[in-house]
Amino acid sequence: MVALDATQSGLAASGGVDPQAFVRRREGLSELDLMVRGATCAGCIARIEGGLREDDRVEQARLNLSTGRLALAWRGDPALAADYVRKLGRLGYPATPYEPEREADPNREEEKRLLRAMAVAGFAMMNVMLLSISVWSGGLEMSETMQALMHRISALIVLPAAAFAGQPFFRSALRALRVGHVNMDVPISLAVFLACGLSVWETFIGHGQTYYDAAVMLLFFLLIGRFLDMRLRARAGEAARGLAAMQAATANLLEADGRIRAIPARDVKAGDHLVLAAGDRVPVDARILEGEGALDGSLVTGETAPVTAKPGLDVWSGMLNLDGKLVLEARADRDNSLLAEITRLVEAGEQARSRYVRLADRAARLYVPVVHGLAALTVVGWLLIGGEVRPAIINAIAVLIITCPCALGLAVPAVQVVASGRLYREGVLVKSGDALERLAGADTIVFDKTGTLTEGRPRLVDADGVPDGALEMAARLARTSRHPLSRAIADAAGMGEAAADVKEIPGGGLEAMVAGQRVRFGAARWLGIDAASDPHTEAWLVVGNDAPVRFCFEDRLREDAAEVIAALKARGCQLHLLSGDRAGPVEAVAATLGITDWQAEMQPQDKIARLEALKEAGGTVAMVGDGINDAPALAAAHVSISLASAAEVSQAAADFVLQGDRLAASVVAMDVSRGAKRRVLENFGLAAAYNAIAVPMAVAGLVTPLIAAIAMSASSVLVTLNALRLARGGR
Amino acid sequence: MSVLIWLIPVAITMGALGLAGFLWSLRSGQFDDMDGAAHRILMDDDEPLPGKDTKSDD
Repeated sequence: MVALDATQSGLAASGGVDPQAFVRRREGLSELDLMVRGATCAGCIARIEGGLREDDRVEQARLNLSTGRLALAWRGDPALAADYVRKLGRLGYPATPYEPEREADPNREEEKRLLRAMAVAGFAMMNVMLLSISVWSGGLEMSETMQALMHRISALIVLPAAAFAGQPFFRSALRALRVGHVNMDVPISLAVFLACGLSVWETFIGHGQTYYDAAVMLLFFLLIGRFLDMRLRARAGEAARGLAAMQAATANLLEADGRIRAIPARDVKAGDHLVLAAGDRVPVDARILEGEGALDGSLVTGETAPVTAKPGLDVWSGMLNLDGKLVLEARADRDNSLLAEITRLVEAGEQARSRYVRLADRAARLYVPVVHGLAALTVVGWLLIGGEVRPAIINAIAVLIITCPCALGLAVPAVQVVASGRLYREGVLVKSGDALERLAGADTIVFDKTGTLTEGRPRLVDADGVPDGALEMAARLARTSRHPLSRAIADAAGMGEAAADVKEIPGGGLEAMVAGQRVRFGAARWLGIDAASDPHTEAWLVVGNDAPVRFCFEDRLREDAAEVIAALKARGCQLHLLSGDRAGPVEAVAATLGITDWQAEMQPQDKIARLEALKEAGGTVAMVGDGINDAPALAAAHVSISLASAAEVSQAAADFVLQGDRLAASVVAMDVSRGAKRRVLENFGLAAAYNAIAVPMAVAGLVTPLIAAIAMSASSVLVTLNALRLARGGR
Repeated sequence: MSVLIWLIPVAITMGALGLAGFLWSLRSGQFDDMDGAAHRILMDDDEPLPGKDTKSDD
């Protein structure tokens, strides 16, 4: 049992990362930021903060429940970091260190700016309504002077408020106009300016009706839409950074004097000597100097069979060391590793994707010329009929105010916020709002095999076929090891006893004395068995002098894979399978799942080429993948889905990340996206219907400020309620 | 109607106070952790009184 305990506590302590590399020193205090998983309630906060404060040296322990971040500061040795992380693990909250952002997050800043603008617009709207409504309802009793006073006070409130709260729109409109474009913010800014200008003119010269309330109401509703949109983006960005932090990479640097020091992986320079323990990932591209064993390259190449490690072999960043300690010499720093090459391909793909035009922008292109044309026609029409300038201009301004896209501005963000909230509850992380639009249109879905359709780790095949007792005997040894084959055996055998004093021979297997007999479990070569021609991944058990027992393993399909494939077919999607693995296993998976179109031994470039071919053929392509080798393809597809267990670059490249590795969530994502698209189109319909009624009235000169206020707020509320319908439905 | 001379400034001042309060709380980071704040109110910081039976707080 001793060996087992040591392995497990080692796992819980680090998760493969040494927290000391992330400690910052300041004024005698050591500070560390941790990402804590599993904290959901007041009890969790109390246990985590209380548990850490039991140590007198801890000065500060504060958990942010929304983001799962724990800020920790203590007096003294940075090496205590590992103790605190271990303590959190014991409390039941696994924690990973991460590096906080150096500069303030621009999305968060923007979010706060919009919230401030919204607060000011809301304040101004409420107070001006107070004055406007008393003018509208008391019009007959109220003396001219009193009305004039009310208007002047309104001006005093609205003009500064609009100047402040309208800035996000004014700036964006100006930017668009400078490069010769027209976006939605141009008519918005124009409407606000004209409403304010007309009102000021009426207050001091004309003594007619004023639109102060309309100007701030417009801003308030539009800012709600903007804020929701930005919040969605900031949230998604935050969650994505959280995921990245979970995979924070460190490297163990072997110094010239033989000491080992943990450093962040990006500080590794070419030529550094690194120590790679069993279970660690290769931090940068490197060459093996010492040690033997096996490396799992499935995340890098998509191939499930482990690579045999020996001195002189080049290894790539992202590979997992399965057994034995290796000493590596870095061939490149992190920015020049395979990962960086992949990242370059990802960026190229993302640029192509940014050409996608969001639905709201497409609506804006149609909307702006129509509205401005209508306003111009109104001026001309009234001049022709009446010949007077003042009513012609007032009515044209009324057209611009009443058509101002309040409902249109809310139509898309309200739906997307509701949809991504629902998906979040279903375990799907949405990285951007327009990803929902793109997924809704997807008709061709491309899957990766290893780690996506399959579990990406070996499972014991035919457990009933091995002789009685052999599995339990193998499991006694296997429970002490972190090698994937050992874990597969331990999983198959379930909980049980572990053998004492198990020796792990790198590149070979496990050896122990059980009940006076020498038991060995491992590779055929090590045990002297001739089995080179066998296509299966396998391991052998030899007890004493008995005949060896063979265990076969395969990378099993995910439990919900067949269900997901069937569900996607039922939704009319074409399915493809592209894998970096050898043809045999790929064909087997394709046959089992009923995917007719499959290709094996694909390099990342081949995958991109295939996706481009599918796009050429007119398909809207969604890519589902997890490996580092999938990342460029994820970025090249119209829309992409990744899993929480996927490589960091893949999660960064994907639009959706499925939490908890449930593939079935991809079907939910598809359904919600399609539902969201329907709601958005309905909302556009509602906005159009509102305009169809309001615009003729405005052109005819029948609109009063009261009607404008009612029409604008009613249409905005209607659109929001329609979006909320999406929150219901499903479980 | 002359009472309005008083009432309108009072109403607007009160609204402005609310706005200032909101902006202050936004700036001082009170909206950074909405979920945590909702739960922290349930936490019991009190220590059990000495001499009495200590109860588990679960």
